[in-house]
Amino acid sequence: MFESLRHRFALAAALVRLEFINNLAYRATYFTGVFNYGIQIGAYYFLWDAVFAGRRLLAGFTREEMLTYVIVAWVVRSFYFSNLDRRVAVEIRNGDIAMELILPYDYQEAKYCRAFGEALFRLLFFTLPTGIVIYLLRPFQLPPNFTAGFLFILSMLGSFLINAQLSLMAGLLAFFTQSTSGIYRAKRVIMDLCTGLLIPISFYPEWFQKVLAFLPFQAVSYLPNLIYLGKVDTAGALAVLARQFFWAVVLFFLGRLFWRLAVRHLVIQGG
Amino acid sequence: MARQSWFRSFLWHGEIFFHYAAQYLKTRMAYRGDFWIYLLSDFLMQSVNLIFILTIFTRVPHIKGWSREEVLFIYGFFLVPFGFYSGLFNHLFDVPEKYVLRGELDRVLLRPLNTLFQVVVETMNLELIFIALGGIIIMIYSGAQMDLAWHWWDFPLALLLVGGATLIYGGIYTLLASLGFWAEGNLGLMPMIYNLSQYGRYPVTVYRGVIRFILTWILPFAFVGFFPSTIFLRRYEFLPYALLTPVVGLGFFVLGWRVWQRGIRRYVGAGH
Repeated sequence: MFESLRHRFALAAALVRLEFINNLAYRATYFTGVFNYGIQIGAYYFLWDAVFAGRRLLAGFTREEMLTYVIVAWVVRSFYFSNLDRRVAVEIRNGDIAMELILPYDYQEAKYCRAFGEALFRLLFFTLPTGIVIYLLRPFQLPPNFTAGFLFILSMLGSFLINAQLSLMAGLLAFFTQSTSGIYRAKRVIMDLCTGLLIPISFYPEWFQKVLAFLPFQAVSYLPNLIYLGKVDTAGALAVLARQFFWAVVLFFLGRLFWRLAVRHLVIQGG
Repeated sequence: MARQSWFRSFLWHGEIFFHYAAQYLKTRMAYRGDFWIYLLSDFLMQSVNLIFILTIFTRVPHIKGWSREEVLFIYGFFLVPFGFYSGLFNHLFDVPEKYVLRGELDRVLLRPLNTLFQVVVETMNLELIFIALGGIIIMIYSGAQMDLAWHWWDFPLALLLVGGATLIYGGIYTLLASLGFWAEGNLGLMPMIYNLSQYGRYPVTVYRGVIRFILTWILPFAFVGFFPSTIFLRRYEFLPYALLTPVVGLGFFVLGWRVWQRGIRRYVGAGH
Protein backbone atom coordinates (compact mmCIF):
# COMPACT_ATOMS: atom_id res chain seq x y z
CA MET A 1 0.00 0.00 0.00
CA PHE A 2 2.70 2.45 1.07
CA GLU A 3 4.95 1.27 -1.73
CA SER A 4 2.27 1.81 -4.36
CA LEU A 5 1.64 5.32 -3.06
CA ARG A 6 5.33 6.06 -3.41
CA HIS A 7 5.29 4.82 -6.99
CA ARG A 8 2.30 6.90 -7.77
CA PHE A 9 3.97 9.98 -6.40
CA ALA A 10 7.16 9.29 -8.38
CA LEU A 11 5.08 8.92 -11.53
CA ALA A 12 3.24 12.16 -10.85
CA ALA A 13 6.50 14.01 -10.26
CA ALA A 14 7.94 12.59 -13.48
CA LEU A 15 4.92 13.73 -15.49
CA VAL A 16 5.01 17.22 -13.99
CA ARG A 17 8.70 17.48 -14.79
CA LEU A 18 8.19 16.11 -18.31
CA GLU A 19 5.57 18.68 -19.18
CA PHE A 20 7.62 21.48 -17.65
CA ILE A 21 10.59 20.55 -19.86
CA ASN A 22 8.33 20.10 -22.88
CA ASN A 23 7.14 23.66 -22.51
CA LEU A 24 10.64 24.93 -21.98
CA ALA A 25 11.39 23.98 -25.57
CA TYR A 26 8.77 26.43 -26.78
CA ARG A 27 9.48 29.25 -24.36
CA ALA A 28 9.85 31.78 -27.19
CA THR A 29 6.13 31.60 -27.92
CA TYR A 30 5.46 32.88 -24.43
CA PHE A 31 7.41 36.01 -25.16
CA THR A 32 4.73 37.27 -27.52
CA GLY A 33 2.21 35.86 -25.05
CA VAL A 34 3.20 38.48 -22.49
CA PHE A 35 2.36 41.27 -24.94
CA ASN A 36 -0.79 39.52 -25.99
CA TYR A 37 -1.98 39.33 -22.40
CA GLY A 38 -1.00 42.95 -21.91
CA ILE A 39 -3.26 43.96 -24.79
CA GLN A 40 -6.15 41.87 -23.50
CA ILE A 41 -5.77 43.22 -19.99
CA GLY A 42 -5.58 46.73 -21.43
CA ALA A 43 -8.91 46.34 -23.21
CA TYR A 44 -10.76 45.66 -19.97
CA TYR A 45 -8.59 47.95 -17.87
CA PHE A 46 -9.44 51.03 -19.93
CA LEU A 47 -13.10 50.10 -20.16
CA TRP A 48 -13.41 49.72 -16.41
CA ASP A 49 -11.47 52.93 -15.90
CA ALA A 50 -14.04 54.72 -18.07
CA VAL A 51 -16.94 53.03 -16.28
CA PHE A 52 -15.66 54.31 -12.95
CA ALA A 53 -14.92 57.84 -14.23
CA GLY A 54 -16.61 60.23 -11.80
CA ARG A 55 -17.99 57.38 -9.64
CA ARG A 56 -16.82 56.31 -6.19
CA LEU A 57 -18.28 52.87 -5.63
CA LEU A 58 -19.93 50.33 -7.93
CA ALA A 59 -21.18 46.93 -6.76
CA GLY A 60 -18.89 47.15 -3.73
CA PHE A 61 -15.70 48.09 -5.63
CA THR A 62 -13.78 51.36 -5.68
CA ARG A 63 -12.09 52.40 -8.91
CA GLU A 64 -8.64 51.41 -7.65
CA GLU A 65 -9.90 48.04 -6.39
CA MET A 66 -11.61 47.35 -9.70
CA LEU A 67 -8.53 48.14 -11.78
CA THR A 68 -6.41 45.93 -9.54
CA TYR A 69 -9.09 43.24 -9.87
CA VAL A 70 -8.85 43.31 -13.67
CA ILE A 71 -5.06 43.03 -13.66
CA VAL A 72 -4.86 40.33 -10.98
CA ALA A 73 -7.67 38.27 -12.50
CA TRP A 74 -5.92 38.12 -15.87
CA VAL A 75 -2.40 37.68 -14.56
CA VAL A 76 -3.50 34.73 -12.41
CA ARG A 77 -5.42 33.28 -15.32
CA SER A 78 -2.12 33.00 -17.17
CA PHE A 79 -1.15 30.51 -14.42
CA TYR A 80 -4.23 28.32 -14.06
CA PHE A 81 -5.35 28.37 -17.69
CA SER A 82 -4.94 25.04 -19.44
CA ASN A 83 -5.51 23.54 -22.84
CA LEU A 84 -6.69 20.26 -21.36
CA ASP A 85 -10.05 20.44 -23.12
CA ARG A 86 -8.39 20.86 -26.50
CA ARG A 87 -5.74 18.21 -25.89
CA VAL A 88 -8.15 15.60 -24.65
CA ALA A 89 -10.55 16.32 -27.49
CA VAL A 90 -7.75 16.00 -30.05
CA GLU A 91 -6.62 12.69 -28.53
CA ILE A 92 -10.16 11.39 -28.73
CA ARG A 93 -10.62 12.59 -32.28
CA ASN A 94 -7.43 11.19 -33.75
CA GLY A 95 -7.52 8.01 -31.68
CA ASP A 96 -4.33 8.64 -29.68
CA ILE A 97 -6.41 8.02 -26.60
CA ALA A 98 -6.24 4.31 -27.38
CA MET A 99 -2.49 4.42 -26.67
CA GLU A 100 -3.10 6.37 -23.48
CA LEU A 101 -5.59 3.76 -22.30
CA ILE A 102 -3.00 1.02 -22.70
CA LEU A 103 -0.46 2.78 -20.49
CA PRO A 104 -0.39 1.63 -16.88
CA TYR A 105 -1.51 4.88 -15.31
CA ASP A 106 -4.72 6.66 -14.53
CA TYR A 107 -5.58 8.79 -17.54
CA GLN A 108 -7.14 11.66 -15.64
CA GLU A 109 -4.43 11.85 -12.98
CA ALA A 110 -1.78 11.82 -15.67
CA LYS A 111 -3.52 14.67 -17.45
CA TYR A 112 -3.74 16.75 -14.26
CA CYS A 113 -0.06 16.16 -13.53
CA ARG A 114 0.92 17.30 -17.00
CA ALA A 115 -1.34 20.33 -16.71
CA PHE A 116 0.33 21.15 -13.41
CA GLY A 117 3.76 20.92 -15.01
CA GLU A 118 2.58 23.36 -17.64
CA ALA A 119 1.09 25.64 -14.99
CA LEU A 120 4.40 25.73 -13.11
CA PHE A 121 6.14 26.59 -16.34
CA ARG A 122 3.64 29.33 -17.06
CA LEU A 123 4.02 30.67 -13.54
CA LEU A 124 7.74 31.22 -14.10
CA PHE A 125 7.79 32.27 -17.74
CA PHE A 126 4.42 33.91 -18.21
CA THR A 127 2.60 34.90 -15.02
CA LEU A 128 5.55 36.46 -13.20
CA PRO A 129 6.94 38.37 -16.21
CA THR A 130 3.45 39.63 -17.12
CA GLY A 131 2.78 40.70 -13.53
CA ILE A 132 6.13 42.45 -13.21
CA VAL A 133 5.88 44.24 -16.57
CA ILE A 134 2.40 45.50 -15.72
CA TYR A 135 3.45 46.51 -12.23
CA LEU A 136 6.29 48.58 -13.70
CA LEU A 137 3.94 50.21 -16.21
CA ARG A 138 1.16 50.77 -13.75
CA PRO A 139 1.75 49.91 -10.07
CA PHE A 140 -1.38 48.18 -8.81
CA GLN A 141 -2.49 47.41 -5.25
CA LEU A 142 -0.71 44.61 -3.39
CA PRO A 143 -2.50 42.38 -0.88
CA PRO A 144 -3.21 44.31 2.35
CA ASN A 145 -1.09 42.03 4.54
CA PHE A 146 1.11 38.96 4.50
CA THR A 147 -1.67 36.56 5.53
CA ALA A 148 -3.95 37.69 2.71
CA GLY A 149 -1.08 37.35 0.23
CA PHE A 150 -0.24 33.87 1.48
CA LEU A 151 -3.84 32.67 1.42
CA PHE A 152 -4.24 34.16 -2.04
CA ILE A 153 -1.30 32.10 -3.34
CA LEU A 154 -2.90 28.99 -1.83
CA SER A 155 -6.16 29.89 -3.55
CA MET A 156 -4.33 30.03 -6.91
CA LEU A 157 -3.75 26.33 -6.44
CA GLY A 158 -7.49 25.89 -5.90
CA SER A 159 -8.18 27.87 -9.07
CA PHE A 160 -5.88 25.53 -10.95
CA LEU A 161 -7.52 22.38 -9.58
CA ILE A 162 -11.07 23.49 -10.35
CA ASN A 163 -10.25 24.90 -13.76
CA ALA A 164 -8.22 21.82 -14.80
CA GLN A 165 -11.04 19.46 -13.84
CA LEU A 166 -13.71 21.52 -15.61
CA SER A 167 -11.44 21.69 -18.62
CA LEU A 168 -10.86 17.95 -18.71
CA MET A 169 -14.57 17.27 -18.47
CA ALA A 170 -15.24 19.65 -21.34
CA GLY A 171 -12.64 17.77 -23.36
CA LEU A 172 -14.28 14.44 -22.58
CA LEU A 173 -17.47 15.73 -24.20
CA ALA A 174 -15.66 14.92 -27.45
CA PHE A 175 -16.62 11.30 -26.74
CA PHE A 176 -20.24 12.23 -27.27
CA THR A 177 -20.03 14.73 -30.09
CA GLN A 178 -17.74 14.92 -33.08
CA SER A 179 -17.84 18.68 -33.01
CA THR A 180 -15.15 19.95 -30.69
CA SER A 181 -14.60 23.60 -31.61
CA GLY A 182 -18.12 24.33 -30.42
CA ILE A 183 -17.30 22.83 -27.03
CA TYR A 184 -14.16 24.93 -26.49
CA ARG A 185 -15.97 28.07 -27.39
CA ALA A 186 -18.99 27.41 -25.23
CA LYS A 187 -16.69 26.53 -22.34
CA ARG A 188 -14.62 29.66 -22.91
CA VAL A 189 -17.74 31.84 -22.80
CA ILE A 190 -18.99 30.20 -19.61
CA MET A 191 -15.60 30.49 -17.93
CA ASP A 192 -15.10 34.13 -18.97
CA LEU A 193 -18.49 35.20 -17.67
CA CYS A 194 -19.16 32.92 -14.70
CA THR A 195 -15.73 32.84 -13.02
CA GLY A 196 -15.76 36.62 -12.59
CA LEU A 197 -12.80 37.09 -14.94
CA LEU A 198 -14.50 39.77 -17.04
CA ILE A 199 -17.11 41.07 -14.61
CA PRO A 200 -17.03 40.69 -10.80
CA ILE A 201 -19.95 38.49 -9.75
CA SER A 202 -21.37 41.31 -7.58
CA PHE A 203 -22.19 43.26 -10.77
CA TYR A 204 -24.68 40.64 -11.95
CA PRO A 205 -28.41 40.77 -11.24
CA GLU A 206 -29.48 39.23 -7.92
CA TRP A 207 -31.03 36.11 -9.46
CA PHE A 208 -27.92 35.29 -11.46
CA GLN A 209 -25.71 35.70 -8.40
CA LYS A 210 -27.94 33.21 -6.61
CA VAL A 211 -27.56 30.71 -9.44
CA LEU A 212 -23.78 31.12 -9.50
CA ALA A 213 -23.57 30.56 -5.74
CA PHE A 214 -24.43 26.90 -6.39
CA LEU A 215 -21.77 26.45 -9.07
CA PRO A 216 -18.00 26.03 -8.90
CA PHE A 217 -17.06 28.80 -11.34
CA GLN A 218 -16.61 31.79 -9.05
CA ALA A 219 -14.10 29.83 -6.96
CA VAL A 220 -11.73 30.06 -9.96
CA SER A 221 -11.39 33.83 -10.19
CA TYR A 222 -13.86 35.99 -8.25
CA LEU A 223 -13.37 34.58 -4.74
CA PRO A 224 -9.54 34.44 -4.91
CA ASN A 225 -9.55 38.05 -6.12
CA LEU A 226 -11.56 39.05 -3.07
CA ILE A 227 -8.82 37.54 -0.90
CA TYR A 228 -6.17 39.45 -2.84
CA LEU A 229 -8.00 42.74 -2.44
CA GLY A 230 -8.56 42.12 1.27
CA LYS A 231 -12.33 42.27 0.79
CA VAL A 232 -12.69 39.17 2.96
CA ASP A 233 -10.96 38.79 6.34
CA THR A 234 -8.80 35.80 7.30
CA ALA A 235 -11.83 33.73 8.32
CA GLY A 236 -13.52 34.64 5.05
CA ALA A 237 -10.40 33.71 3.11
CA LEU A 238 -10.23 30.33 4.83
CA ALA A 239 -13.89 29.83 3.93
CA VAL A 240 -12.99 30.51 0.30
CA LEU A 241 -10.23 27.89 0.46
CA ALA A 242 -12.66 25.42 2.02
CA ARG A 243 -15.11 26.11 -0.75
CA GLN A 244 -12.43 25.53 -3.38
CA PHE A 245 -11.47 22.27 -1.67
CA PHE A 246 -15.11 21.21 -1.63
CA TRP A 247 -15.51 21.85 -5.35
CA ALA A 248 -12.18 20.23 -6.21
CA VAL A 249 -13.32 17.03 -4.47
CA VAL A 250 -16.83 17.09 -5.94
CA LEU A 251 -15.45 17.67 -9.44
CA PHE A 252 -12.93 14.88 -8.93
CA PHE A 253 -15.69 12.35 -8.32
CA LEU A 254 -17.91 13.83 -11.01
CA GLY A 255 -14.97 13.55 -13.37
CA ARG A 256 -14.53 9.84 -12.51
CA LEU A 257 -18.18 9.19 -13.16
CA PHE A 258 -18.10 11.14 -16.38
CA TRP A 259 -15.02 9.26 -17.50
CA ARG A 260 -16.70 5.89 -17.00
CA LEU A 261 -19.70 6.99 -19.02
CA ALA A 262 -17.48 8.50 -21.68
CA VAL A 263 -15.12 5.57 -22.24
CA ARG A 264 -18.09 3.36 -22.96
CA HIS A 265 -18.85 5.68 -25.85
CA LEU A 266 -15.38 5.39 -27.29
CA VAL A 267 -15.22 4.84 -31.01
CA ILE A 268 -11.73 4.94 -32.50
CA GLN A 269 -11.93 6.31 -36.01
CA GLY A 270 -9.69 3.96 -37.92
CA GLY A 271 -5.93 4.03 -37.22
CA MET B 1 -9.58 48.93 -73.75
CA ALA B 2 -7.57 48.47 -70.57
CA ARG B 3 -10.62 49.40 -68.60
CA GLN B 4 -12.71 46.86 -70.41
CA SER B 5 -10.32 44.03 -69.51
CA TRP B 6 -10.15 45.20 -65.89
CA PHE B 7 -13.92 44.97 -65.70
CA ARG B 8 -13.99 41.55 -67.29
CA SER B 9 -11.36 40.29 -64.90
CA PHE B 10 -13.51 41.57 -62.05
CA LEU B 11 -16.55 39.68 -63.34
CA TRP B 12 -14.44 36.58 -63.89
CA HIS B 13 -13.21 36.66 -60.30
CA GLY B 14 -16.77 37.23 -59.13
CA GLU B 15 -17.96 34.17 -60.99
CA ILE B 16 -15.13 32.05 -59.59
CA PHE B 17 -15.96 33.34 -56.12
CA PHE B 18 -19.45 31.92 -56.42
CA HIS B 19 -18.08 28.56 -57.49
CA TYR B 20 -15.73 28.52 -54.51
CA ALA B 21 -18.54 29.60 -52.18
CA ALA B 22 -20.77 26.80 -53.48
CA GLN B 23 -18.01 24.22 -52.99
CA TYR B 24 -17.27 25.58 -49.55
CA LEU B 25 -20.87 25.30 -48.44
CA LYS B 26 -21.08 21.76 -49.82
CA THR B 27 -18.06 20.63 -47.83
CA ARG B 28 -19.33 22.33 -44.68
CA MET B 29 -22.79 20.89 -45.10
CA ALA B 30 -21.31 17.41 -45.21
CA TYR B 31 -21.02 17.80 -41.43
CA ARG B 32 -24.26 19.62 -40.87
CA GLY B 33 -24.32 19.31 -37.08
CA ASP B 34 -20.77 20.63 -36.91
CA PHE B 35 -21.68 23.54 -39.12
CA TRP B 36 -24.52 24.76 -36.94
CA ILE B 37 -22.66 24.23 -33.67
CA TYR B 38 -19.69 26.17 -35.05
CA LEU B 39 -21.91 29.03 -36.12
CA LEU B 40 -23.87 29.03 -32.88
CA SER B 41 -20.74 28.95 -30.74
CA ASP B 42 -19.32 31.85 -32.69
CA PHE B 43 -22.44 33.86 -31.96
CA LEU B 44 -22.01 32.90 -28.32
CA MET B 45 -18.40 34.16 -28.37
CA GLN B 46 -19.52 37.48 -29.80
CA SER B 47 -22.28 37.75 -27.24
CA VAL B 48 -19.75 37.97 -24.39
CA ASN B 49 -19.22 41.64 -25.23
CA LEU B 50 -22.96 42.14 -25.45
CA ILE B 51 -23.47 40.66 -21.98
CA PHE B 52 -20.60 42.79 -20.72
CA ILE B 53 -22.22 45.97 -22.01
CA LEU B 54 -25.68 45.06 -20.75
CA THR B 55 -24.36 44.16 -17.29
CA ILE B 56 -22.32 47.34 -16.90
CA PHE B 57 -25.29 49.48 -17.85
CA THR B 58 -27.43 47.97 -15.13
CA ARG B 59 -25.07 49.83 -12.77
CA VAL B 60 -24.29 53.09 -14.58
CA PRO B 61 -26.44 55.35 -16.80
CA HIS B 62 -23.60 56.25 -19.18
CA ILE B 63 -19.89 55.68 -19.81
CA LYS B 64 -18.02 58.93 -20.45
CA GLY B 65 -21.14 60.48 -21.95
CA TRP B 66 -22.18 57.44 -24.04
CA SER B 67 -25.55 55.92 -23.22
CA ARG B 68 -26.37 52.22 -23.23
CA GLU B 69 -28.14 52.47 -26.58
CA GLU B 70 -25.30 54.40 -28.17
CA VAL B 71 -22.69 51.89 -26.99
CA LEU B 72 -24.90 49.05 -28.24
CA PHE B 73 -25.31 50.74 -31.61
CA ILE B 74 -21.54 51.21 -31.99
CA TYR B 75 -21.03 47.57 -31.04
CA GLY B 76 -23.67 46.50 -33.57
CA PHE B 77 -22.07 48.54 -36.32
CA PHE B 78 -18.66 47.09 -35.50
CA LEU B 79 -20.04 43.56 -35.90
CA VAL B 80 -20.94 44.18 -39.56
CA PRO B 81 -17.40 44.76 -40.92
CA PHE B 82 -16.17 42.31 -38.29
CA GLY B 83 -18.53 39.68 -39.73
CA PHE B 84 -17.18 40.23 -43.25
CA TYR B 85 -13.64 40.09 -41.92
CA SER B 86 -14.35 36.86 -40.00
CA GLY B 87 -15.94 35.30 -43.05
CA LEU B 88 -13.24 36.30 -45.51
CA PHE B 89 -9.92 37.33 -44.00
CA ASN B 90 -9.66 35.72 -40.56
CA HIS B 91 -7.73 32.71 -41.80
CA LEU B 92 -5.13 34.76 -43.58
CA PHE B 93 -3.12 33.90 -40.49
CA ASP B 94 -2.60 30.48 -42.08
CA VAL B 95 -0.55 32.05 -44.86
CA PRO B 96 2.93 32.04 -43.28
CA GLU B 97 2.68 28.44 -42.14
CA LYS B 98 0.52 26.81 -44.80
CA TYR B 99 1.32 28.74 -47.95
CA VAL B 100 4.88 29.94 -47.41
CA LEU B 101 6.58 27.34 -45.22
CA ARG B 102 4.80 24.33 -46.70
CA GLY B 103 4.95 25.81 -50.15
CA GLU B 104 1.29 25.59 -51.07
CA LEU B 105 1.67 28.87 -52.85
CA ASP B 106 3.28 26.95 -55.75
CA ARG B 107 -0.14 25.71 -56.74
CA VAL B 108 -1.71 29.15 -56.37
CA LEU B 109 0.95 30.75 -58.55
CA LEU B 110 0.33 28.32 -61.40
CA ARG B 111 -3.26 29.46 -61.86
CA PRO B 112 -4.30 32.47 -63.94
CA LEU B 113 -6.09 34.17 -61.06
CA ASN B 114 -5.16 36.87 -58.58
CA THR B 115 -3.02 35.24 -55.90
CA LEU B 116 -4.48 37.08 -52.91
CA PHE B 117 -7.98 36.32 -54.19
CA GLN B 118 -7.19 32.62 -54.39
CA VAL B 119 -5.73 32.49 -50.89
CA VAL B 120 -8.78 34.32 -49.51
CA VAL B 121 -11.31 32.01 -51.16
CA GLU B 122 -9.35 28.93 -50.12
CA THR B 123 -9.18 29.91 -46.46
CA MET B 124 -12.50 31.69 -45.95
CA ASN B 125 -15.07 30.71 -43.31
CA LEU B 126 -18.00 32.07 -45.22
CA GLU B 127 -20.70 31.23 -42.68
CA LEU B 128 -19.25 33.72 -40.19
CA ILE B 129 -20.61 36.52 -42.38
CA PHE B 130 -23.80 35.84 -40.43
CA ILE B 131 -22.22 37.72 -37.53
CA ALA B 132 -22.97 40.85 -39.56
CA LEU B 133 -26.65 39.98 -39.36
CA GLY B 134 -26.42 39.95 -35.57
CA GLY B 135 -24.84 43.39 -35.75
CA ILE B 136 -27.65 44.71 -37.93
CA ILE B 137 -30.25 43.38 -35.48
CA ILE B 138 -28.47 45.10 -32.56
CA MET B 139 -28.33 48.36 -34.56
CA ILE B 140 -32.03 48.20 -35.41
CA TYR B 141 -32.93 47.46 -31.77
CA SER B 142 -30.79 50.20 -30.23
CA GLY B 143 -31.72 52.62 -33.00
CA ALA B 144 -35.41 52.07 -32.28
CA GLN B 145 -34.82 52.58 -28.55
CA MET B 146 -33.19 55.93 -29.27
CA ASP B 147 -35.82 56.93 -31.88
CA LEU B 148 -33.08 57.51 -34.43
CA ALA B 149 -34.47 59.17 -37.54
CA TRP B 150 -33.30 57.43 -40.71
CA HIS B 151 -32.76 59.28 -43.99
CA TRP B 152 -32.74 57.61 -47.37
CA TRP B 153 -29.07 58.46 -47.79
CA ASP B 154 -28.16 56.60 -44.62
CA PHE B 155 -28.28 53.29 -46.46
CA PRO B 156 -25.86 53.98 -49.32
CA LEU B 157 -23.67 55.78 -46.78
CA ALA B 158 -23.75 52.76 -44.46
CA LEU B 159 -22.74 50.51 -47.35
CA LEU B 160 -19.83 52.78 -48.20
CA LEU B 161 -18.66 52.97 -44.58
CA VAL B 162 -19.00 49.23 -44.00
CA GLY B 163 -17.02 48.68 -47.20
CA GLY B 164 -14.29 51.00 -45.99
CA ALA B 165 -14.22 49.42 -42.55
CA THR B 166 -13.99 45.91 -44.02
CA LEU B 167 -11.08 47.04 -46.20
CA ILE B 168 -9.26 48.27 -43.09
CA TYR B 169 -9.47 44.78 -41.65
CA GLY B 170 -8.64 43.19 -44.99
CA GLY B 171 -5.67 45.51 -45.51
CA ILE B 172 -4.18 44.99 -42.07
CA TYR B 173 -4.56 41.20 -42.25
CA THR B 174 -3.11 41.07 -45.77
CA LEU B 175 -0.18 43.09 -44.52
CA LEU B 176 0.35 40.77 -41.55
CA ALA B 177 0.02 37.66 -43.71
CA SER B 178 2.55 39.13 -46.16
CA LEU B 179 5.11 39.51 -43.40
CA GLY B 180 5.27 35.71 -43.51
CA PHE B 181 7.20 36.00 -46.79
CA TRP B 182 10.03 37.70 -44.93
CA ALA B 183 9.80 36.09 -41.51
CA GLU B 184 9.28 32.60 -42.99
CA GLY B 185 7.02 31.41 -40.23
CA ASN B 186 4.38 32.78 -37.99
CA LEU B 187 5.34 35.89 -36.08
CA GLY B 188 2.60 35.44 -33.51
CA LEU B 189 1.40 38.92 -34.34
CA MET B 190 -2.07 37.91 -35.50
CA PRO B 191 -3.62 37.17 -32.08
CA MET B 192 -2.13 40.38 -30.74
CA ILE B 193 -3.65 42.43 -33.55
CA TYR B 194 -6.92 40.56 -33.17
CA ASN B 195 -7.07 41.45 -29.49
CA LEU B 196 -6.22 45.04 -30.29
CA SER B 197 -9.00 45.14 -32.89
CA GLN B 198 -11.44 44.32 -30.11
CA TYR B 199 -10.79 47.79 -28.71
CA GLY B 200 -12.70 49.11 -31.72
CA ARG B 201 -16.01 47.84 -30.35
CA TYR B 202 -16.24 50.67 -27.84
CA PRO B 203 -16.18 54.47 -28.16
CA VAL B 204 -12.56 55.46 -28.75
CA THR B 205 -12.99 58.32 -26.26
CA VAL B 206 -12.78 55.62 -23.57
CA TYR B 207 -9.09 55.31 -24.32
CA ARG B 208 -6.42 57.89 -23.67
CA GLY B 209 -3.12 59.10 -25.07
CA VAL B 210 -0.99 56.59 -26.93
CA ILE B 211 -3.69 53.91 -27.26
CA ARG B 212 -6.14 56.35 -28.78
CA PHE B 213 -3.47 57.54 -31.20
CA ILE B 214 -2.62 53.97 -32.23
CA LEU B 215 -6.29 53.08 -32.73
CA THR B 216 -6.82 56.15 -34.87
CA TRP B 217 -3.67 56.42 -36.96
CA ILE B 218 -1.44 53.33 -36.72
CA LEU B 219 -3.78 50.34 -36.58
CA PRO B 220 -6.98 52.29 -37.23
CA PHE B 221 -9.55 49.99 -35.63
CA ALA B 222 -11.42 53.06 -34.36
CA PHE B 223 -12.49 53.46 -38.01
CA VAL B 224 -14.07 50.00 -38.05
CA GLY B 225 -16.88 50.61 -35.60
CA PHE B 226 -16.73 53.83 -33.68
CA PHE B 227 -16.07 56.66 -36.15
CA PRO B 228 -18.45 55.56 -38.91
CA SER B 229 -21.29 54.77 -36.51
CA THR B 230 -21.21 58.29 -35.01
CA ILE B 231 -22.75 59.60 -38.25
CA PHE B 232 -25.89 57.57 -37.63
CA LEU B 233 -25.92 58.53 -33.95
CA ARG B 234 -25.84 62.15 -35.20
CA ARG B 235 -22.83 62.89 -33.06
CA TYR B 236 -21.35 65.14 -35.68
CA GLU B 237 -18.28 66.15 -33.68
CA PHE B 238 -16.58 63.08 -35.20
CA LEU B 239 -17.88 63.72 -38.74
CA PRO B 240 -14.48 64.40 -40.38
CA TYR B 241 -13.16 61.09 -39.04
CA ALA B 242 -16.31 59.23 -40.04
CA LEU B 243 -16.06 60.47 -43.61
CA LEU B 244 -12.41 59.46 -43.72
CA THR B 245 -13.34 55.78 -43.20
CA PRO B 246 -13.41 54.75 -46.90
CA VAL B 247 -10.15 56.61 -47.52
CA VAL B 248 -8.41 54.90 -44.60
CA GLY B 249 -9.82 51.55 -45.76
CA LEU B 250 -8.64 52.02 -49.32
CA GLY B 251 -5.24 53.27 -48.11
CA PHE B 252 -4.67 50.26 -45.90
CA PHE B 253 -5.88 47.80 -48.48
CA VAL B 254 -3.59 49.24 -51.15
CA LEU B 255 -0.71 49.11 -48.68
CA GLY B 256 -1.50 45.48 -47.81
CA TRP B 257 -1.79 44.58 -51.48
CA ARG B 258 1.54 46.22 -52.38
CA VAL B 259 3.38 44.41 -49.61
CA TRP B 260 1.69 41.17 -50.69
CA GLN B 261 2.91 41.67 -54.28
CA ARG B 262 6.44 42.26 -53.04
CA GLY B 263 6.21 39.16 -50.89
CA ILE B 264 5.02 37.08 -53.84
CA ARG B 265 8.02 38.24 -55.85
CA ARG B 266 10.29 37.15 -52.98
CA TYR B 267 8.69 33.74 -52.65
CA VAL B 268 10.96 30.91 -53.79
CA GLY B 269 8.91 27.83 -52.92
CA ALA B 270 9.61 25.12 -50.39
CA GLY B 271 11.59 22.89 -52.75
CA HIS B 272 8.98 20.35 -53.85
